[in-house]
Amino acid sequence: MTSAAADLIRQSASVLAAAISEGEVSSVEVTKAHLARIAAVDERVHAFLQVTSKAALESAQAIDEKRKSGATLGVLAGVPIAVKDVLTMRGVPTTCGSKILEGWRPPYDATVVSRLRAADLVILGKTNMDEFAMGSSTEHSAYGPTHNPWDLERIPGGSGGGSAAALAAFETPLSIGTDTGGSIRQPAAVTGTVGVKPTYGGVSRYGLVALASSLDQAGPCARSVMDAALLHSVIAGHDPRDSTSINAPVPDVVAAANRGDIRGLRIGLVKELSGEGYQAGVLQRFNESVELLQGLGAEVVEVSCPHFDYALGAYYLILPSEASSNLARFDGMRYGLRVGDNGSNSVEQVMSLSREAGFGAEVKRRIMLGTYALSSGYYDAYYGQAQKVRTLITRDFNAAFEKADVLISPTAPTTAFKIGEKVDDPLAMYLNDIATIPVNLAGNCAMSLPVGLSPADGLPVGLQIMAPPMADDRLYLVGSALESALTDRWGHLLIQEVPNL
Amino acid sequence: MTAITRDEVAHLAKLARLDLSGTELDHYAEQLDVILQSVARISEVAADEIPPTSHPVPVENVFRADIALPGLDRAEVFAAAPATEDDRFRVPRILDEEEA
Amino acid sequence: MSNTQLTVPFAEAMTRYEPIIGLEVHVELGTNSKMFCSCATTFGASPNTQVCPVCLGLPGSMPVLNKVAVESTIRIGLALNCEIATWCRFARKNYFYPDMPKDYQVSQYDEPLCTNGWLDVTVATDDGPQVVRVEIERVHMEEDTGKLTHAGGATGRIHGADYSLVDYNRAGIPLIEIVTKTVIGTGPLAPAVARAYVTELRDVMRALGVSDVRMEEGSLRCDVNLSLNRPGAGWGTRSETKNVNSLRSVERAVHSEIERQAAVLDGGGRVIQETRHFHEDTGRSTSGRSKEQAEDYRYFPEPDLVPIAPTRTWVEELRATLPEVPSVKRARLQSTWGINEFELATLVNAGAVELVESSIAAGVDAAAARKWWTGELLRVANERGVELADLPVTVSQIARVESLIADGRLNDQLARQVFEGVLAGEGDVDVVIAQRGLAVVSDDGALLSAIDEALAAQPDVAEKIKSGKIQAAGAIVGAVMKTTKGQADAAKVRALLLDRLGVSE
Repeated sequence: MTSAAADLIRQSASVLAAAISEGEVSSVEVTKAHLARIAAVDERVHAFLQVTSKAALESAQAIDEKRKSGATLGVLAGVPIAVKDVLTMRGVPTTCGSKILEGWRPPYDATVVSRLRAADLVILGKTNMDEFAMGSSTEHSAYGPTHNPWDLERIPGGSGGGSAAALAAFETPLSIGTDTGGSIRQPAAVTGTVGVKPTYGGVSRYGLVALASSLDQAGPCARSVMDAALLHSVIAGHDPRDSTSINAPVPDVVAAANRGDIRGLRIGLVKELSGEGYQAGVLQRFNESVELLQGLGAEVVEVSCPHFDYALGAYYLILPSEASSNLARFDGMRYGLRVGDNGSNSVEQVMSLSREAGFGAEVKRRIMLGTYALSSGYYDAYYGQAQKVRTLITRDFNAAFEKADVLISPTAPTTAFKIGEKVDDPLAMYLNDIATIPVNLAGNCAMSLPVGLSPADGLPVGLQIMAPPMADDRLYLVGSALESALTDRWGHLLIQEVPNL
Repeated sequence: MTAITRDEVAHLAKLARLDLSGTELDHYAEQLDVILQSVARISEVAADEIPPTSHPVPVENVFRADIALPGLDRAEVFAAAPATEDDRFRVPRILDEEEA
Repeated sequence: MSNTQLTVPFAEAMTRYEPIIGLEVHVELGTNSKMFCSCATTFGASPNTQVCPVCLGLPGSMPVLNKVAVESTIRIGLALNCEIATWCRFARKNYFYPDMPKDYQVSQYDEPLCTNGWLDVTVATDDGPQVVRVEIERVHMEEDTGKLTHAGGATGRIHGADYSLVDYNRAGIPLIEIVTKTVIGTGPLAPAVARAYVTELRDVMRALGVSDVRMEEGSLRCDVNLSLNRPGAGWGTRSETKNVNSLRSVERAVHSEIERQAAVLDGGGRVIQETRHFHEDTGRSTSGRSKEQAEDYRYFPEPDLVPIAPTRTWVEELRATLPEVPSVKRARLQSTWGINEFELATLVNAGAVELVESSIAAGVDAAAARKWWTGELLRVANERGVELADLPVTVSQIARVESLIADGRLNDQLARQVFEGVLAGEGDVDVVIAQRGLAVVSDDGALLSAIDEALAAQPDVAEKIKSGKIQAAGAIVGAVMKTTKGQADAAKVRALLLDRLGVSE
């Protein structure tokens, strides 16, 4: 790789966009540099399930020509991006990390994908993920795990480990993730990148293969807060194809990231999201960040959200319940894997054999759990009670947002753990999402950004900022203030410290 | 909450159309039990008068105009189909419940 | 499953048992597009041509509710005197079946849009018409499933088929389910009440213009729930009979199920809670799946759709669009047409009210319109086992025939032949007349020679007439009509005959 190309892949999306727009570099050059990087390192990282090189170069070329013709281009025009394999892309295999969908080529684009195309971004391919987004490590992908560029023996988080690792490995400057219980934020935390779960309904779910419909939300992944804001502004906004999409103006996240002034802002520390279960190194970096925020003029208050202690339980009832229904359609009748159709097996047997062969262990576990929680006789005790807890968690948030403009916590209790360490211990795995889950249950928004390396293991630590529904701009306001203070201290973004691959 | 039995797991697997092996049945019986014990904590919360939340944002009355538009081309409809015949999806025989 | 079923004759069963019925009617709405997507709903389209990612349940697709479907449901609810919910949600009904692309059906479970209504129906009894109020439990929305065709095996039925084929054109078409409360106290009128209810419901749907309610195309489907109560002994176990696809079958299904259950109970047996399938050909039902073990549908609120919260203003706007209630309208028509209640009931039961009304609007005399629709045409409809409205005869064809009769170019008998031709698909009225050579013979010369021929063939009859037994003239008139293939005016033949023989009435 030439030094010019090596330089291109380490640039931020906003710098690349400006350079492309000024004609200093072409989108084709930028795209080629990233494709070359993928070719060089992805064998070891395995962030991608599908690299659409030909289509990427074609669209880069089209964008370059469009620029030359003097046409107006989008703010991120010509910049490459990777899309989590849970979003449909017309004609491109979409597997959701599952064998059951191997080779399925959707006949339609997800709204997020349409918006990326409309904004002239260049889609490089589809990223690896835990099967149907069930997991916190990307080890549950049917196509093998993704490796964390900070230490290839460690997990990159999940379910969107591919989208986060691709950023940390400089394979792409931007990516799209989806977050049901932390699948954007926890991978961002353990890979030293930025990830945002927008307000539920802020970004269209049309074309997002549903895990838990009432929790899922697609969002931006980037290496800096400003890049995330730019991408956020491209993908967010009302979509008539998604009934749950909010029909209101998108908060001005780019302006907030530009402003970055938090003097007088009230920041709440959530008492329940720290202490026991959180690694010392994680807490140390978190506490340093709190001091930094205070130094920037923010007022820090402690808030209590007592029902957050029940969030994990509620989540692991609501998610499997909705998932058991959402994943019913994978029955081998219209698309996807069909097993045992030998002329004598009945439709019920063929469905059962296909699903047994096509789904991995974690998916089956959650389908079983959800089937149980919804069945008559158990509904009230499990699903019904979980939905009430959900109300209580929302009330906790509402009360906390009376006292604070944003809330903060560590994003994840630990840094990246070793691949294989927790793969068959579901409870241990589920605890990774303890701090990120409440936001999904309440439907508000949150960001994770890197706040340093844990002194214990030299691995990235993430800080989570939470804001009320449709106040996504506050995430960027606080995130950019903190990021620039940290960058001043380090002399660069944390991601620049990732080891060379 | 009572412990989940292997028979219950087998029943759930049938409901969920999963042809689980005997080993899987045992494994899941054990794991589901552990998970359920752990999530059962939510029952400690006295929430009788609390309304359940099914939708995280309070959006109501979202409708579409009753206008018909062309759907997919037939080639796209059947592109991923495991089996087709006479412009229809071909599926294995459906047993009468009596036979099943 | 056995084809030889023990039954107790209906009248006898009625001496010992009281039937309790409940009716679940599914109506396919006649919207332009489907319930949750923009696919067309045209009946009979080539398989799988009216499908998209949403109604095929492709991964990632999401539903968006059709506003007209909601409005139609509210209008139906209002027409059935229901309360309209102020807030309700859809639920998912989870079960695997290949005609259901998502393996769950989006339906309304415990939050129906309309509840607590009623519909008055009139049935004929020996003591004259009787009004029965059928109470409505709920009216809710759901999506239809795809259509299965069973291939291989001998019968083309699901039983014994080698495999099945699925067409998803119907999947996602808006369905309304109207469920009655239990109807008790109707005694031997139960079959007639069931039929009258479904007929009335169909008329309401037609008047609202929300559906074409064609039972043979499946746009109105009925399930009959029935149990027998031995007075003093409490309610029995109910069965649910599906596949009841004509008004006549509704009546027959209730009738035969009463006879069957009575035999089971008389034999000391126990009625099983089960689904039964009605067979049009035999008029009997066979056992389907046992419902002893209730299905576990794992309902939960549909997270992909937001709640419906109809404002009172919206509901009142919809109320203002309601047409005249069919029963009120019928009272008006009864007085306008000058018919008695029995004649009205005949029209209603035949499903002929709208047809007669539009025939009159097309210029047909009221009595003639009633005569055709409840006479010859109803006979053919019953013969063919179809609804009157579905016969291939149009109102304008009736008007045309009537105007030809008025002009003396057709008589009643010829008109019947015209309709026979039209119903046989020989073409429009004038085409049938031309092809069959149907026209009233008005040439006196031709008639007189036919009369002479008939008199010569039956000299004894001629003598009788001459001797004053004028009623014997019928035989000669009949013979003349026969030789002229019905194309003569019988009254004119009679007059000419009497004149020829020199006798007078």
